[in-house]
Amino acid sequence: MAQMRYRDALGAALREELSRDERVLLMGEDIGVFGGAFKVTDGLLAEFGERRVRDTPISENTIVGMGVGAAMTGLRPVVELMTINFSLLAFDQIVNHAAHIHYMFGGQARVPLVVRMPQGAGHQLGPTHSHCLEALFLHVPGLLVAVPATAADAKGLLKSAIRDENPVIFIEHEALYGVRGEVPDGEHLVPFGQARIAREGSHVTIVGISRMAITAERAADTLAAEHGVEAEVIDPRTLRPLDLDTILASVRKTNRCVIVEEGWPHGGVGANLAALIGEQAFDDLDAPVERVAGADVPMPYSKPLEDIAYPHEPQIVRAALAALGRDPSILAAAGRAEARAGDGR
Amino acid sequence: MASLPQPDVAREWLATMTLIRRFEERAGEMYARAKVGGFLHLSIGEEATIVGSARALRESDYLISTYRSHGHALVRGTPPGNVMAELFGRVDGCSRGRGGSMHMFDMERRFMGGYGIVGGNLPIAAGIALASDYQGTEDVTLCTLGDGASNQGTFGETLNLAALWRLPVVFMVTNNQFGMGTALRRHSAVTDLQRKGESLGVPGMRCDGMDVVETHAVLAEAVQRVREERRPLLVEAVTYRFRGHSMADPEQYRSKEEVATWRERDPISSFGALLLREGVIEDGEIERIDTEAMAQVDEAVAFAEASPFPAPESLYDDVYVLDGQVPGWYSTATANARIELDAAAAEVKSGQRKALAASNDEIPQQLTSALAAGEDGGERHEGPA
Repeated sequence: MAQMRYRDALGAALREELSRDERVLLMGEDIGVFGGAFKVTDGLLAEFGERRVRDTPISENTIVGMGVGAAMTGLRPVVELMTINFSLLAFDQIVNHAAHIHYMFGGQARVPLVVRMPQGAGHQLGPTHSHCLEALFLHVPGLLVAVPATAADAKGLLKSAIRDENPVIFIEHEALYGVRGEVPDGEHLVPFGQARIAREGSHVTIVGISRMAITAERAADTLAAEHGVEAEVIDPRTLRPLDLDTILASVRKTNRCVIVEEGWPHGGVGANLAALIGEQAFDDLDAPVERVAGADVPMPYSKPLEDIAYPHEPQIVRAALAALGRDPSILAAAGRAEARAGDGR
Repeated sequence: MASLPQPDVAREWLATMTLIRRFEERAGEMYARAKVGGFLHLSIGEEATIVGSARALRESDYLISTYRSHGHALVRGTPPGNVMAELFGRVDGCSRGRGGSMHMFDMERRFMGGYGIVGGNLPIAAGIALASDYQGTEDVTLCTLGDGASNQGTFGETLNLAALWRLPVVFMVTNNQFGMGTALRRHSAVTDLQRKGESLGVPGMRCDGMDVVETHAVLAEAVQRVREERRPLLVEAVTYRFRGHSMADPEQYRSKEEVATWRERDPISSFGALLLREGVIEDGEIERIDTEAMAQVDEAVAFAEASPFPAPESLYDDVYVLDGQVPGWYSTATANARIELDAAAAEVKSGQRKALAASNDEIPQQLTSALAAGEDGGERHEGPA
């Protein structure tokens, strides 16, 4: 085991796969000479040269589309988009093309493409650089969606993504790039469709998406220390495929569930997952599934506003207590109000 | 003027253009009989741009096209039966009934697809060319686009990148004078389309897209230059579609006289007449070629008719490549109950479709012809095509 930053774990995954497979190449804005907007690709240009590590113009839709074409004809491109909001410029190539080509051409062509992009609030980047949009990609059949929260998963999932035959939307989190974690030595692959149980517990299941898996773990510590509640924290790691079995097994044990995401509440990951749990484990639930989500607003710039526009530990703690029916009602009301901030009001 | 090719080559061009023409006409009829659903964009009038350009390619070169792509599949050698079966939504369609008219595909013959999104194929073409370049092959990619697509963001983005990275792509604008129903002068500030790539580092050429000999000569030069110089070129092929944008087009944006004027330059009959005049073909050969094309099209229709609809249980096939895969819920189909539900729904649908097709077999011939001629395509679609 080595201690490694999330950013460096991603860089290591790219380096290893570039070394392993000649078909792998990187494309993206400022990934080469500049070293990457978040320094994930730092040093790779010097190591692998301009043929393999390609700085592109600012043309998101086209660089993703070129990745699609190159993937169809034998390469394994990894495209970096500077933030997830920029992926909206490439939505046509991601949805109409990358996701659909295998199906719409009757299985003749494959698109083994990885599109990496960071998301998340906290750096005061305002309404066009801070959102969490994994739900948009989760919506699309044909895409795989990874949302690693730890350095180990960042590395292991990225290596698996590059080797996968399907198009993968690989969503990193800006606030995690500098966070260190244990990464297994040697060849480390994390399979898609296998959730990580970050913390075991028997009272309530908390599913945390992307960075919220980390925030949920901290909330679980508080729940244990201050409320005597043992929460089980699950990080799905990939949203397509989704390891629903692990989540359902946990819900069947705890009978209570909280889903935490940083993205918007309407049509979000939590909405989808709550529906799946309702369909599959209704009889095992002792309380409604609680959702904690980002506020239903474009991300504001001003620090105090940004801070309350995405979830933090106290909201998760309150939601868990609400699910347990343990809370003073005033707390529960506050928790739900925040979780559903802006819902139709 | 470019010189005529060898007689057998010339005959093959004429035969292929004729096949495309007859295929398209029949596809239109089949559409009117509800054998074909969705949108149907015919390339009648544009055959010289298809054959002239594709015949400038080697078999190992790639061709990628637009939503008007039946002819591009045919010219690359996809059997007409598989193209017609795709229009019929049958399992033997060249995209197994998943794509339809706008999404023909034939990997084996390096026809890299028809694409329903205007301009969506340009980045993909550049990516294919990138792979050729990266792998050190000599392969060239020919990317066709319409005049309308020259206004899409991907046009500027892709031409710039292709020039910057010196990618072996020939972009061919099939300028048929209209982006759907909007005339060139009303949709593009620069109507000299061959110049539209200049500021992006992509030099332009132009050919008469009604003349298969000239189209071939210009494209052959372009393909050779791109192959040798490793840089993209833009070729404008000036042409005209004789029929509506799709079957649902009442053609209020142009006059019958304008269409008639262009029809006088029909690329097939003019090429046939030229070959006769030059003694390349004999009297009666045009008729024989036409009869052969009609027979191929008859066979294609019979093949498509005989091909079954895809099985309901195949609904979720090929959403993902699942070989050696990890577990998990890729889609809602992972629940057995849901599969059965979807399969049952699909069965109901295909039953309805069969019933509809059967009832349309009884459409009076007169109406069928009117529909096929595009005189009243508004019957089935109200939205844009």
